[in-house]
Order: sequence, then structure tokens, then C-alpha cells
Amino acid sequence: MNKPSVNEFTIKIANVNGTGSASANGLIMKTLFRMGIPVVGKNYFPSNIQGLPTWYEIRASEKGHLARSGRVDLMVAMNAETYKQDLAEVASGGYLVYDSTWPRHNLLQRDDITIIGVPLSKMCNENFPNARARILMKNVVYAGVLAALLDFDLDVITTLLNETFAKKAHLLDANQLAIRMGYEWAQANLETPLPFTARTSDKSNGHIIIDGNTAAGLGAVYAGATVGAWYPITPSTSLMDAFKRFCEMTRKDPETGESNYCIVQAEDELAAMGMVLGASWAGARAFTPTSGPGVSLMSEFLGYGYFAEIPAVLFNVQRCGPSTGMPTRTQQSDIVASAFASHGDTRHVLLFPANPEECFYTASTAFDLAERLQTPVIVLSDLDIGMNDWMTKELQWSDTYQPDRGKVLRADEVAKLDKFHRYLDADQDAIAARTLPGDHPKGAYFTRGSGHNMYGAYTENADEYKEVVDRLRAKWETAKKYVPAPEVVYSAKNSIGVISIGSCDEACKEALDALREQGIGINYLRIKSFPFNGEVQKFIDDHEKLYVVEQNRDAQLKCLLCIECDVADEKLNEILHYNGLPLTANFVVDAIHADLAKGEAA
Amino acid sequence: MSFIKKPAVRHPKLPLNELGLTVRDYEGGMSTLCAGCGHDAITGAIVEAAWGLSIPTHRFAKLSGIGCSSKTPAYFLRDSHGLNSCHGRMPSIATGANSANRDLYYIGVSGDGDSLSIGMGQFAHAIRRNLNMTYIIENNGVYGLTKGQFSAAADRGSKAKKGEVNLQPAIDPCSTAITLGATFVARSFSGDKAQLVPILKAAFNHRGFAMVDVISPCVTFNDHEGSTRSYKYSRDHFAPAIMADFVPPAEDIKARYEEGEAMPVELHDGSRIVLRKIDKDYDPTDRVNAVSNLMRNNDAGEITTGILYLDESQPEMHEVNNTTATPLIDIPYSKLNPGNDMLRKIQSRYR
Ligand SMILES: Cc1ncc(C[n+]2csc(CCOP(=O)(O)OP(=O)(O)O)c2C)c(N)n1
Ligand code: SF4
Ligand SMILES: [Mg+2]
Repeated sequence: MNKPSVNEFTIKIANVNGTGSASANGLIMKTLFRMGIPVVGKNYFPSNIQGLPTWYEIRASEKGHLARSGRVDLMVAMNAETYKQDLAEVASGGYLVYDSTWPRHNLLQRDDITIIGVPLSKMCNENFPNARARILMKNVVYAGVLAALLDFDLDVITTLLNETFAKKAHLLDANQLAIRMGYEWAQANLETPLPFTARTSDKSNGHIIIDGNTAAGLGAVYAGATVGAWYPITPSTSLMDAFKRFCEMTRKDPETGESNYCIVQAEDELAAMGMVLGASWAGARAFTPTSGPGVSLMSEFLGYGYFAEIPAVLFNVQRCGPSTGMPTRTQQSDIVASAFASHGDTRHVLLFPANPEECFYTASTAFDLAERLQTPVIVLSDLDIGMNDWMTKELQWSDTYQPDRGKVLRADEVAKLDKFHRYLDADQDAIAARTLPGDHPKGAYFTRGSGHNMYGAYTENADEYKEVVDRLRAKWETAKKYVPAPEVVYSAKNSIGVISIGSCDEACKEALDALREQGIGINYLRIKSFPFNGEVQKFIDDHEKLYVVEQNRDAQLKCLLCIECDVADEKLNEILHYNGLPLTANFVVDAIHADLAKGEAA
Repeated sequence: MSFIKKPAVRHPKLPLNELGLTVRDYEGGMSTLCAGCGHDAITGAIVEAAWGLSIPTHRFAKLSGIGCSSKTPAYFLRDSHGLNSCHGRMPSIATGANSANRDLYYIGVSGDGDSLSIGMGQFAHAIRRNLNMTYIIENNGVYGLTKGQFSAAADRGSKAKKGEVNLQPAIDPCSTAITLGATFVARSFSGDKAQLVPILKAAFNHRGFAMVDVISPCVTFNDHEGSTRSYKYSRDHFAPAIMADFVPPAEDIKARYEEGEAMPVELHDGSRIVLRKIDKDYDPTDRVNAVSNLMRNNDAGEITTGILYLDESQPEMHEVNNTTATPLIDIPYSKLNPGNDMLRKIQSRYR
């Protein structure tokens, strides 16, 4: 987009995975954040443990534009294998830093950028005795070089290092030395600082840096979840890791060490979903995180939960592609698969957080909805939200929150009943009361995925079956009253609208800002749930032309809009991004320009 | 319809248990299985064992997979919550339910198809966790509900109704369970209530995973000449190795047994199982001995029955996890919510 300037630039660091670059890259990002500058860190990593290329991209934006920028102003090219590609990616007028300890091929040259050689390995070899430290400290040395080039506040770096290595004095010394080496070498040998620098600001005040999985795991703790079942899969694993970490911190009896939670590492995702249903049926708030292949395996049980009306919360941290696909790349390609997971007439309530902050709050919303509606609720996050470092407003918890357990009759209420019927729609909202095992003999009922009538008894009777599935459809209507409304930015002046979802949000907002500056006013709606809230239809009706921006090949969100809303297919123009990388504002701007130009030409 | 109301007639002469309930109070809906199906006899044994232990009816949770066998939880304990899950997936439901509420008696009913083919993975892992439940396999060597295909428990050489011979080796749930780490493994025969009821009583009171494999002939698809799961074959090859008696906590053992001949094993609630050896070589407390005996007897075509392996010392899932004694569902939200102050503290690490 624009030329880099003070507090508006993107740094990309190319590394080899397994060489310990993560902490140095985190240090660079945190320094910017602590200096008060809005920042986002995106990790492009391989599905591999050691030896393959990995990139970390840091965008600083005083204006608060925190989508992938799609450009690189300063590249740190630490991986010889990807050097050529990394060189090509630098924006014209940008900079590339490389390790000049070894000679570089003379063909690897570009005249429109500045190439800066720093003898990183040489410095490390001279100053650190052991081999592992030499490899690790190279990363910290380039952080020191960047500190000089971008004019970082050195006190901030020192404080961060002191905090990180408070209990590891030898590492603290080594890190401080490495930073100083890089910084001083750059001051002595380079023209510093660059034309674009970091300057202390206050725009990150009141924020934290967190990834969506950590926020969702924390949200599950605050929602009162007690049972978690899972099977490891990228990119969802860190969600359960976070839940476990926060449970260990807050849910253990300090004296006995006993846990007020139960986490089961399941044998596979089929079992994980079964455990969630079993626990919810028994009365706990239970959840499982998974991704792509795991959702496929959970389908049978998701349909069971829908038909037998058992609450469940599933975090689907979407990854890229059919089958195994690209497990470490992002996408929004499970929208349809999640909405209709399982055979038969099945449909599921979906929630779409757009960032880690929403992941935190969506967790309790998901449990409330699952219990209120007695059905599985699927939270669709993605790798970009789940595993990248986002700047997010500080999280707040209202201590007056009470979980909505829905219609659960406990022993004392059951005792008062004449007779209990599990699927009888007494309140005419298509939600029947349930009871919990062990509470009271009068509350006993038999849960089954086979045909049942409104009393809970087995049936193969045509009318009785239809009565139940028609009520489930009516419950879908009830759900519309409870699900979160979309985010809408509307002005009556505009006849064009963009509809987007989840992690498209940042890029869409930045794109609409840019278009507005160019005199093109466009309204915005971001879907937060399926079923769609009534405002979605209204937004569709209020515009002549709509763009549906999403991250998959097959226009899955548009597909749902066509099925559920009253809208002509032609009115919804697809903007589809599906190469596995997060969406950029440029992509959206270009697509809209191209479409508008097409209209003018015709 | 397999849920027909059974009239709840109170027979004045029926004996009462400690709760003042008759055996009828532990029954369920009317069975819709084929007349003579082994599974119905097992249902009867479950009813009798539950009644005999005087456990309040609603303190059980009945879980099952899919199959004729898995339908049976509708036919016992009408005052208990039941859940008929997906084919082969009952163990995961049981794991979840038990995670949430560790205080109930969990009875899982499965078939040999349900457990040993589609559900083999979940079966194995529930055992590994030593999930506190009673897991009954109603073993007829076939898939009853899908009309008689061989199951993985069919013996090599056993003949199907239409003459086809099974050429693959059988999976023996008992030796499999022992090698997987099960802490209570028993086998019985649906036709022998006298043996089965005390085994079930012991299984209900065992702390951990109690696997009970019950040979349960399918009269419709696997009760013919040439089948190794027919009533006749089962009776002819029935070989009790260990007889078990269940002794409630209050009763004195000495009065009933001579020392030496019987081996009392104390269960966690103070009740005891008294094991009496029929086969003098069989040692139900020694894993290796139990497995090698079972394998030898299996190869000889004998159906070894009784409590085949028992280890009361292993921790069950919650003990391994160190979960609070209070069932998780009974912990109020106020105790689960770490509060906003804690949230602020946690976030200091994310700055
Ligand atoms: C996923 C799935 N596949 C197949 C079936 C069909 N099916 C129903 S019962 C059954 C076999 C049951 O055999 P077993 O567990 O031995 O029970 P039995 O009827 O013999 O008591 C099969 C294959 C199913 N219900 N679900
Ligand atoms: S088919 Fe076999 S297993 Fe099924 S009910 Fe009939 S006899 Fe029992
Ligand atoms: Mg069978």
C-alpha cells in the first residue's frame, strides 16, 4: 500500500525452523508494542519440526491497520535456501539485511532496494563459546541491528529481557550482549536510522498481545467449562494447552492439589466429541478444539448431538485445504462443512470471532447458546486468529456473569413434576427441558439418536418422527433470537456493501478506509453467527450491490447466504482469497476496483 | 417399536431389598428382541444384581452403542438415565459422563461387533484410562442387528447359518482386555445367572474398568450346528475356572467359607469378592498367568468363565487426574470463575 513511514512499516524475518528465532522475533514485536505502537505478528511456519523455512512478519501501524500488509519494507534474510524469494519480496525502496559472514552469490542483487550485509555469524562465533549459543544468538544480534536501524527504545528492550530471563541469569547476559553487539555494529557501520523508524506513541495503551487460541482457552475457563477433551491437531492444539495452563493456575486446590476440571486426551476426534457429549449430557460445560480433519471425524457425533439435543462446544480452528491440506496455513473453508456436519437434516449453530478478543468472549457465548438451545455450537476461528500474535483490547470479565444453563431441571424441580417428558415443547419455543443423570428417578429418560417421539420414546412412526424434526427446525428460528448480531458500519449515502466474516475483518476495514480516501463509499457488515441474524437480510435489501469477502475457493459464506436469505445470486459478488495466507486489504481493494471498472466498461 | 410400557404390577409376595424395592422396580421397558435371545437373560441378571445391591435406581447411568445388545438398556432400570449412542462409541460417552459426574454407577452395554470392530479403539482406550464403569459385552459372534455377518469375536472355523466358514482368528475380549491393562475381567454365559449375577455385583462395585464378556447366543442367526456360539456349544464347552461370590460389607466372611479354599478380595467400598478356584492352575491375580491360561484354553476350544483377572490396587481415571471428590457438575460457578482481578493478573504476561 503506502510507502513506509514513522510507525507504519512491515518487517519480515526469514528463518529456518528449529533455530530458536521465535524469542528474538517476539522481542522485536514486543518492543514495538511496549513503545506504544499498534503491532501484529504473523508466523508462517512449516508443518515440520526442524530444518524447513519459516517466516515471521511484523507490521507496525500507528493507524491501527493490523491485517497482513502484503508488502515487506525490511527483510531479514537468514535462510540461504529462501534468499532468492525473500529478496524478490522486498518492496521497491525497501531494505534487506543478510548475514555477510559468507559470500553471497553476485546474481542475487537488486538495484531498487538497499542490501545490508551484517557479519552475524562471525560476531557470534567470536563472542559465544558454545555451538548452540552461536546459532541462537545470531537471532538476537539481528534484533540489535534492527533496534539501531529502526531507532528502538533500548530501555524497552532491556526491560523485556530482564522480565523474560529474570530466573536465568546466564541467558540474560548472553541476550544483552547479543543485542549490544548488533546495535553497536550497526551504529558504527551503517547509516542509522532508516527513513522509517519507530517512535514512542500511546496507541497500544490498554491493549495486550495475545493469540486467539490462548484467548479462547482462557474464555473457556471463565465460561465455567470443567471438561475438555481433545486430540492434538494443528492449529487447534494450543487452545487446549491454554485451557490446561489456566486451569492449573486457577482451578487447583492450593492445599490438596485437587483439580476442579478434567482434561482428557482422547484417542481420536470421534472420541473427543463423544466425551464432550457425554459430559454435557451429564451436566458439565464441556468442549473440544479441533481443525479440518478432526471436524470430519466428529461429524457422526455432531449429528447425534443435534438430534438428541445435547449441548456441546466445538472450537474449529480452521486450516487450509481439503484432506491434510496445508496444516500450517490459514483458511475459512469449513463454513459449509461445519454448518451441515453429519448426515440427515442436520444444521448447526456457528459463531465467528474475528480476533483474539472475540475468541475470549465468544467462548462464554458459545456455552450459553449450546445450553440454552441444547445443541452443538461450533466456534469457527482459524489459524490466523488462533496462532498469530494480535494486539487486542485488554480483556474484562464481569463478575456478575452467570452462565445460562438453559432449561435444566434439577432434583427439587423434578420432584414437583407429575411426569417428565424429555422432548415436550411446553414453552412453545421449541426447546424442551432436560434433566441430569443421578438427580431424581422421576427425571429419568432415554437419550437416543434413533427415531424418538416428543415423549422421548423410540419411534418409527412417520408423524411422530416428523413432529420432532419440525420442532428442531422451529428451534432454529428460536436460535435466531439468541445469536449475536452482525457488526454493521452503515451510511445511507452508500449503495454498495461488503459482507465479510471472521479474520477477514481487519483487511476489509483497512480496504474500506482506503477506498473511502479514494472517494468510494462502501458499507460494511461482518457476520458473527449462523443462523444469520435478521439484520443480515436488511443489509442485503438496503444495497444495490454487495461483495462477499471470504477465505475459501467455493464462496461458502455466499452459499449460506443464498440458502438462508432472500437474495438473487447475482447481487452477491464473490471476493475469494484462498492461498493459505491471511487476507490483505490490497486484495480487497483491487478486487473491488476491478469489478467497478468492469461495470463502467459495460 | 422397542419401547413398550410394561405394566408396573406390584406382586405382594416379592422380596424387598434394603431400600424397600422389589426386583420389578429395577426393570425397564418390554424387550423387543427375538424370543430366546441371550441378551434378554443378561438384562435379567443386571436387574437382579442392581436390586440385590440395593443401589437407588436413579444412581445408575446406562450407556450403549448400536446393535441388538445395545438396545437392552431400555429394558432395565427405567428410573435411570440412559443413552444409546453411536455404533462403537459408547466408551467415549461414558468417559465424558464420568468426567462430569464421578459419583454414578456407569453400566455400558455393547456387542461384540460394537466393541471389537468399529469400537475397538474406544474400547481399548477406556480400558487404558481405567474408567470407573462396568462394561458388558453381549457376545454372540455375529452382528445380530444387521442380520448375521461374522463379528471379530467369531471363532476360526465357526460356521455361519448359510454355511460360510469364518477363516480369520477371533479377538478374545478377555485376554485382550487384560493385556490392555484392565483391572477387572470376567466371562460368563447368559444361560448361567447363578454365575453371572455375583460377577455383575462385583463389577458394579469394582473401582475402575470392569469388563464382563457374556456369551449370549443369537437364536436367529448363530444358534445352529457348526456355530461355536450356540447354546449347545456354549453349554458343552463351558469351563468355569473361578467361581465368585459377592459379599456385602456388613456380612462376615468366615462364617461361610473355610480358610484356604477361598480367596477373598476386598473392594473399595468394603464389600468383598470371594474367589473359589475350580481350575487349580488358574491365578486371577496374576496377569501373565491369567493370559496364558486363557490362551491355552481358548486354543483347546474351552470357554473359560468366572472372574478371570482382578486388581483392586490400580487408580481409576479421576485418581490419576487428581480430580476433586465432588462431582464436577456440583461445583458452583462462583468456584469456577477466577474473577476479573485474576484476569488482570494473567494479562500482565501479555504486555
Ligand atoms: C457407523 C455405523 N455403521 C454401521 C451400522 C450398522 N450396524 C448396526 S448394528 C451393527 C452390528 C451390531 O453388532 P453387535 O455389536 O455384535 O450387536 P448385536 O446386534 O450382535 O447384539 C451394525 C454394523 C451403524 N449403525 N453405524
Ligand atoms: S437377531 Fe440375534 S441378537 Fe438380535 S435380538 Fe434376535 S436373537 Fe438377539
Ligand atoms: Mg453381536
